[in-house]
Amino acid sequence: MLMKHVLPYAAAMAAVAVSASAAEVSGKVSLKGTPPPEKAIAALKADPNCGKANAAAEVKTRLYVVGADSGLANTLVYVKKGLEGKTFAPSADKPLIDQKGCMYEPYISAVQAGQQFDVKNSDAFMHNVNATPKAAGNKGFNFAQANAGQVNTKAFDKAELGVRFACNVHPWMIAYVHVLENPFFAVTDKDGNYTFKGDLPDGKYTVEAFHMKAGAVTQEIEVKGGKATAAFTLEVKAQ
Amino acid sequence: MSNSDQSNRWLFRFSVAVALCTWGLICMGGLVTSKGVGMAVPDWPTSYGYNMFALPISTWFTGGVFDEHTHRLWASTVGLLVVALLRWLGGNASRKPLLAIGGAEILMGIGLLGVGPDWRGAGHFLAGIGGVVLLAGVVWVRNGPAEWPVVTWGWLAFWLVQFQGLLGGLRVVLDKHVFAGTTLGTAFGVFHGCLGQAFLVLLCAVALRLSPLWRRGFGAGEFPTGFRTWLTAGLLLSIGQLLLGALMRHQHAGLAIHDFPLAYGQWWPATDSASLSVYNQHRSEEVEVTAFQIQLQMWHRIGAVLTLVAISGAWLKCWRAGSLAFPWGKLTSGWFGLVVTQATLGMLTILMNKPADVATAHVAIGAASLATGSLLFLIAHQRALRATVERIPASMPAAVPAGTP
Repeated sequence: MLMKHVLPYAAAMAAVAVSASAAEVSGKVSLKGTPPPEKAIAALKADPNCGKANAAAEVKTRLYVVGADSGLANTLVYVKKGLEGKTFAPSADKPLIDQKGCMYEPYISAVQAGQQFDVKNSDAFMHNVNATPKAAGNKGFNFAQANAGQVNTKAFDKAELGVRFACNVHPWMIAYVHVLENPFFAVTDKDGNYTFKGDLPDGKYTVEAFHMKAGAVTQEIEVKGGKATAAFTLEVKAQ
Repeated sequence: MSNSDQSNRWLFRFSVAVALCTWGLICMGGLVTSKGVGMAVPDWPTSYGYNMFALPISTWFTGGVFDEHTHRLWASTVGLLVVALLRWLGGNASRKPLLAIGGAEILMGIGLLGVGPDWRGAGHFLAGIGGVVLLAGVVWVRNGPAEWPVVTWGWLAFWLVQFQGLLGGLRVVLDKHVFAGTTLGTAFGVFHGCLGQAFLVLLCAVALRLSPLWRRGFGAGEFPTGFRTWLTAGLLLSIGQLLLGALMRHQHAGLAIHDFPLAYGQWWPATDSASLSVYNQHRSEEVEVTAFQIQLQMWHRIGAVLTLVAISGAWLKCWRAGSLAFPWGKLTSGWFGLVVTQATLGMLTILMNKPADVATAHVAIGAASLATGSLLFLIAHQRALRATVERIPASMPAAVPAGTP
């Protein structure tokens, strides 16, 4: 008798759990138009430490990294609308922002508000990490990492796109960290592809693709059976 | 030559050295801003937790730390030199005030240590400089005070150098603080940059006032008609250019406009949001440019043309009147040369995409041009004052304080 009443509920709950936890949104961000060419960072080569660390490679700016089939790397794709009123506990994952060869790696990263992330110095010489958020409630910091392997853990409490990280010891070193309210986001890979997974219930959402230079474009998507795909095109307009 | 003359000559030489050191300090500060390394040392007045004078050389010679830390050490040296200059200018009469001020600054510095962590640096700074001032008061030098108004200017320089040092420190310590929508680091940076140049002008004025040329009245020769008007216009425009330049530089946004003489291909660029979006997509800098920053550069360009016209006008007046051989005529030629160089450097800063050395040279020549214009203004004022005194009937007491030539 008990089994007769409980089983249908259990089956229904399992079905919900499956559709929510298995959600996956994927696609590609492309760039239309001709971006300005990237420039070699002369100051990096001129610095004794950084020049030595990059003796074999020419290091360029990373304003527009365009891969195969015009895929645009370093673009944030995230759920902008459709989750109002819901709260999400910060992820326990700890992303890493590394300083290697006098460049930040990755150039663009994304975290959830309240989610901790590590800032590491992999170089054998000093960097300072100067973060300058603008949103009220996000505290900026500027500290030195003098030793190779030094790691500091930080977090931002409020959602904010493009928190700027700079090393003033080596002023060409710039990185951006996007801080999101929900965990449904991803940064595109070198070919502009992205995928984010998580407990995103079926339904309609507004998803935005945001690039620090190319701008932003939004799209309505529908997650059905835990799946959705969306392709975005950002445009560099002729001057 | 009397002992007094000998002493005055050395005092003059010392004042010139202090002014030159200050100009060097402005160049160093300009380099720090041009390279964007002002925050390479995150703490103040300590450097990476070390006493400023004990930072390990290996840290000092790391990237932008070298520029910022050298600027701090150089600033400390200028501070010491200015205290010594005041002690020399003020003679024995300056001893007691220096002792009192030094003691008060030490006490205030200790008091600030208890106010809060943001003020701890200022407390250490004030207590440290108080110690130097106290020491200057203790040193016994048997010389009388210099002539009016140089002692007053010396005291002004004494207060300014301390205030300027404090501003430089607060620019670092309060970098992340926002007041009324403005980042305090930026606001203090602009103020610090402008005050540094005003301080240079003051020290140049002290040196001029102590110079043998001033005593000799700069030789014969009347200023041509209209010279003072062009001179005043050139000086006021130079001050305006300094303010605009400081505002542009301390926003750390790189070049707001990359082409010259046109701006984004137009004589006056559009600054609507659609145009700004396109500009920013094509900028080689990370930071986005705003309509305000574009307009600032446009006004700086217009100001540059007007300044060039005004200073050229002053030089042409001298040239037509055959006055270029007089000391002040030579100074006017020097000023004209400086402003032409300055305009060229401004153009090169844009055309070469703002290399740090060219942008710094633009600051350095701008400071030299402002100081030269200010000295010329003082000379013109001095000659006007002398003419006024000569018009006063002999039976009336002179209204000019003793010591005025």
